[in-house]
Amino acid sequence: MQRSKFLIGGVLILVAVVFLIFTSTSASAQYFMTIDELADEGPAAVGRSLKLSGAVIGDTIQYDPQSLTLTFEVAHVPGDNADIEAQGGLAKVLHDAVVDPNRNRIQVVFVGPKPDLLRDEAQAIMTGKLGEDGIFYAEELLLKCPTKYEEAVPDQAGN
Amino acid sequence: MIADFGFGVLVVTFLITLYSVGAALYGELGKKPAFVESARRAQLLTFPLITVSALALIYLLVNNDFEIEYVYSVTSRSMPFYLKVTALWGGQPGSLLFWGWLLSAFTSAVTLRKWDRDREFLPWVIIVSSVTLAFFLSMNVFFENPFARMFWNSAGEFTRAMFLPAGGTPVPLQADGRGLNPLLRHPGMIIHPPMLYLGFVSYVIPFAFAIAALVTGRSDDRWIRLTRRWSLWAWLFLSFGLLLGGRWAYDVLGWGGYWGWDPVEIAAFMPWLTGTAFLHSVMIQEKRGMLKQWNMILIILTYSLVIFGTFLTRSGVLSSVHAFAQSAVGPMFFSFIGVTFITSMALLFWRWSELRAETEMKSMLSREALFLLNNLLFISVLIVCFSGVISPLISELATGQKITVGPPFYERANAPLFAILMLLMGIAPLSAWGLTSAENMGRINKPVLGGILAVPVVLFGIFWNQVNTALGGLTITVIVLAVILIILGFIYMFRRAVWQAAVVATLVTALAAFTYTHDIIALTGFFLIALTLAATLREFWRATRARQHTRQENFFTALWRLVGRNRRRYGGYLIHISMMLMAIGILGIEIFQMETQGTLEIGQSLTLGNYNIEYKEVANWDDLPKGVNYTRAVVSVTENGQYLGDLTPRKDYYYDSQQGMTIPGQYSTLKDDLYVLLVDWEPISQTGATLKIYVNPLVNWLWIGGLIFFVGIIIAAWPDKDPALAPVHAAKRVPQTSAAD
Repeated sequence: MQRSKFLIGGVLILVAVVFLIFTSTSASAQYFMTIDELADEGPAAVGRSLKLSGAVIGDTIQYDPQSLTLTFEVAHVPGDNADIEAQGGLAKVLHDAVVDPNRNRIQVVFVGPKPDLLRDEAQAIMTGKLGEDGIFYAEELLLKCPTKYEEAVPDQAGN
Repeated sequence: MIADFGFGVLVVTFLITLYSVGAALYGELGKKPAFVESARRAQLLTFPLITVSALALIYLLVNNDFEIEYVYSVTSRSMPFYLKVTALWGGQPGSLLFWGWLLSAFTSAVTLRKWDRDREFLPWVIIVSSVTLAFFLSMNVFFENPFARMFWNSAGEFTRAMFLPAGGTPVPLQADGRGLNPLLRHPGMIIHPPMLYLGFVSYVIPFAFAIAALVTGRSDDRWIRLTRRWSLWAWLFLSFGLLLGGRWAYDVLGWGGYWGWDPVEIAAFMPWLTGTAFLHSVMIQEKRGMLKQWNMILIILTYSLVIFGTFLTRSGVLSSVHAFAQSAVGPMFFSFIGVTFITSMALLFWRWSELRAETEMKSMLSREALFLLNNLLFISVLIVCFSGVISPLISELATGQKITVGPPFYERANAPLFAILMLLMGIAPLSAWGLTSAENMGRINKPVLGGILAVPVVLFGIFWNQVNTALGGLTITVIVLAVILIILGFIYMFRRAVWQAAVVATLVTALAAFTYTHDIIALTGFFLIALTLAATLREFWRATRARQHTRQENFFTALWRLVGRNRRRYGGYLIHISMMLMAIGILGIEIFQMETQGTLEIGQSLTLGNYNIEYKEVANWDDLPKGVNYTRAVVSVTENGQYLGDLTPRKDYYYDSQQGMTIPGQYSTLKDDLYVLLVDWEPISQTGATLKIYVNPLVNWLWIGGLIFFVGIIIAAWPDKDPALAPVHAAKRVPQTSAAD
């Protein structure tokens, strides 16, 4: 009797947790996509909550402090860590992406303070939505500069 | 030279830990106590040895030896001395060494204790802690060597190695290093990582004892009693690491928040969850002899999550602001977690039937049942967090599409669980151990209970449309309603003990509703906070008055001695109070945060809430010895027309690492925090600046709660003068049915 009571209680809690996880996931799920995948998908991706990663192209960074509007372009980088490693590490992948004019690129608009880490060949990880105009409207912008961490390799030109 | 010496010592230490494992195993299985003793001494040796190695690295860091890759990547000449020292944990190889150093300090300390009564644990404690230490040292020795130099190999690729590779050339000595990431150049960074690491590392000790108990088949709670203080200190360090991290983020990251549900934050939060559950459930084993298997599961989980947390930060599996680049250590960590977890669980199942409970749980309202519920809730939060962290991995396996979840996921899924946990914090201390009926709480009157529960449901039925739009979605409405029903049900069942607190809480909530907010989630939160605070304070009051009465002491003497004699209990209650204060701060910033931004000319102003800020000037200058360029704006702050002072939000730019940092100007009161960021400025005319301002209501209660938390845990963990006196307290008002104590 006691045992079954506790079992029922436990099962109820489990059901509640699963319910919470499912409803919350459907409310806030974001799809990881690369820029190539986004290009393939085309208009079908418009309006979905996406998480996108790309290499920042330094020349395209524009910031209007009046409206706090930041625009820049990012170039495709692979989404898979194993691929990145295979191509020589994040710093190299980002560099290759930026210098390659044939890569898929996408324009990004972000409204807010300009992040300190935003610069050429940084990796931008953005969450937001693709607009019908083909521009990615980012709500969140996270930047990684691999040169700052482990792959800090001295410049060979100094030799 | 120093580098070779440091690395050599590291290799020797690694071999010694391996010897220690082997000798302990051989001595135990071969019944040769001399070998166990030898293993013990070997383990004792690891701490001084790793200290030498770590000091060697610190020496290199401080002396700008840029020949060494690690030194080159985390320091620069312009960094002050203390930052060069803390650069020890500013990168991956160094922080792994630091981890090992702390662990060796703890394992050496534990081998020094008197073992006479618990001799059979000794070899297994040595084995478990040495295996863990050996793992971390092997990471340093084979993959992430902090002493490695820089070379180009024969193919012209950059490599890190101790010695010149065949056909390679050394990288010429660099004039200056790249410097520590500016975000890490903050006083908070000096103590935040060591605190977290100390917390992580301390959990290895209770785990080692748990495994020793499993192997030797001691099914009593000896291992728990021996490690009670270890787990408390571990919990203290971990909690403080988390809090300091929050404070650091608030001061440095410049997004007006303190916690972003970043995977690495969650990675540190997960062992805290299981650790907190463990802290509570061991009391049930000590008092009632129940939940033995459960406690084993919790400590095994905590240990695995500690390693998993280190792994997440180190592997680059997940993207995060904390990320170090990925490296070869990822798969190693993964295998290590897998092997230790499976081995531990196998041991547990082998001993499963010997760890059966000595007594049965009689009532759903007894203290042990409520503690169990608390445990299940902590585990539920853990499941939510874990599923969130691994959602990209799982969804990719299942559908080929990577799905990630952001902060809204964690907030929505965890909020109801936290709400019930808060309620339990208020109510569980009022319940009794081993209760067999609901007599203490009054007989349950089913019609009245039904009525209490029915009223919100009926109200909801009538107004569901409005409620629905107000809360945004049926699911969240249903969740809020369920939480309210559970709260009411609990209060009814404990009505005799909590009715005063419930009245206070209702008054507070009504006051808040009239003067502050109509937000239902905030009001539910305020109600729970007030209820738990009132119920906990009433416990202090009631027990102090009782003591005052019987001992003829004055109120403060009575309170002092009461807490002094029952440190664990009242330290715990104080921690509950601090949690409630923190909850006030969290509710404040989560629900009521306001923000605005604008570009101002000198003399123009910006208004947010009651605050008005006027932009006065901006200045830009170099501090070349430090290698920093500062841009500082001055704004004057008025509240409702009254001048409060000037704030100076800053932007610092570090030349060596080519990275900037945004330092907010803050005006803090108990009511709220005004948080001003300098976003951008006009370099030529120096007239315009873009400012972003936040008002973060009540957030300072979060930090005040943190201080009280510290006091509480110090009280709870304070060593007893005479341990024999300690466990007596519970007997007075408890219908003890077994002789478990």
